[in-house]
Amino acid sequence: MNDLAALPTTRDEDWRYGDADYLASADPVALAHWRTLEVAPGETKCDCAVHLSGNEAKGLVDRLRVHVGKGGRYEHFATNAAGPYARYEIEVTLEEGAHFEFGGVTLGGGIKRQEFVTRTIHAAPRCTSNQVVRAVQWGQSVGNFLGRIEIPKDSQEVDAAQNFRAILLEAGASVNAKPELEIYADDVKAAHGAAIGALDEQAGFYMASRGIAPEVARKLLVRAFIADSFEAIGDENVRDDMLDRTLTLLDEAAV
Amino acid sequence: MLKIENLHATVGGTEILKGLSLEVNAGEIHAIMGPNGAGKSTLSYVLGGRPGYEVTGGSVTFGGVNLLELEPHERAAAGLFLGFQYPVEIPGVSFVQFLREAANSQRKSRGEEPLTGGEFLKLAKEKAALLKLDMDMLKRPVNVGFSGGEKKRAEMVQMGILDPKFAVLDETDSGLDIDALRVVGDGINAIMRAPGKAVLLITHYQRLLDYVKPDYVHVLAGGRIVKTGGPELARALEDEGYEAVT
Repeated sequence: MNDLAALPTTRDEDWRYGDADYLASADPVALAHWRTLEVAPGETKCDCAVHLSGNEAKGLVDRLRVHVGKGGRYEHFATNAAGPYARYEIEVTLEEGAHFEFGGVTLGGGIKRQEFVTRTIHAAPRCTSNQVVRAVQWGQSVGNFLGRIEIPKDSQEVDAAQNFRAILLEAGASVNAKPELEIYADDVKAAHGAAIGALDEQAGFYMASRGIAPEVARKLLVRAFIADSFEAIGDENVRDDMLDRTLTLLDEAAV
Repeated sequence: MLKIENLHATVGGTEILKGLSLEVNAGEIHAIMGPNGAGKSTLSYVLGGRPGYEVTGGSVTFGGVNLLELEPHERAAAGLFLGFQYPVEIPGVSFVQFLREAANSQRKSRGEEPLTGGEFLKLAKEKAALLKLDMDMLKRPVNVGFSGGEKKRAEMVQMGILDPKFAVLDETDSGLDIDALRVVGDGINAIMRAPGKAVLLITHYQRLLDYVKPDYVHVLAGGRIVKTGGPELARALEDEGYEAVT
């Protein structure tokens, strides 16, 4: 499994937006490591996390493999504000009637390169997934979302949705979105969408005309924008806490 | 209160305002009428400080301060209110949140204590009632899903809450039916008819002026004020058209 020759490079499709320098010097054993999580049939598990830059000088790759039993539900909500290179990868296998809910936000500036990579395997009929990813980037930063959805031929009546939107606060920042749908069953619903834009200038002026300072207006607009990703969090306090903790990082950005 | 002298302004490199002068004193209501493309909306955006509207000459003083040196949000805190012809929709931000932020931002910059949640809601309810706007609408995202008339009433609710010294109202009457026009007119009078306040009403039609009686009526054409008169001027314009009167 820990094949040294398999150290990924940005020539690999799944790593094409990764950090080439980091990958060249990465520890292959660490890179090949997957955390695992089992969600028992009928059970619900929810993970919420705000990832900040830690002690990693160059970057980190975090890989999580989840198996969701029949009728189970796995929810994962995360902000990726880490860097210089931070990749959070989730592979989920869904059994019959199971659901995967994912809300991700990449947010950062400088030269940060932040990515979410999901692989959703709809391994049985009638399982569902919903992914809402938002990116807010400034400086020279890059936000990436690679989302693969696999629906094999016997997985009928699957419903899979994926939505990505990005706001670039400054020229120089960028995002990459790569939806990848492999569908072999015929009776399925699979929706995906991606859009990239700037912060709404008209809304900014409207707010200013009412006395709201630009940095406060921006925070309100970004909050509304990323709130989509955390909308599915059932507990309002947890949702607000996620948003508040994510938004404090916006203060680093120049207005 | 507001003194505009020989104002020149460009939008996208094209000169729209070409030497506009106008003085509005406290306690007065002025109406500006004029044909399409005369520069009416440009005037309101220049006063509000909208990016992209570049002042190339002249001066604007507001309460003795050089208005043009202030950032848009500082102009609001100084007491200027802009009523938008096309109020902007802001999905995901509720009116209550938006207006409480606005009111408290203004109070903070004037060195006043912020309103508590309860104080703000009481004020918002009072002003919504004045404009006959359902309070539940203020719990919705800013202007999202509002009809044209509701947006205009919501603008006036905002004006009531923010309590400005000077209001520039850009075609606040457009999109209003007869009943809403009366409600909005009464609202403008209730909020802005006061000794220390003044209003600049930009309008195409006489009908709003039946409810909000102006002290002066100006005709704006070709980027400058070409004629000034009393309320009778608005009536003459309505009857005879801009070309005949000017």
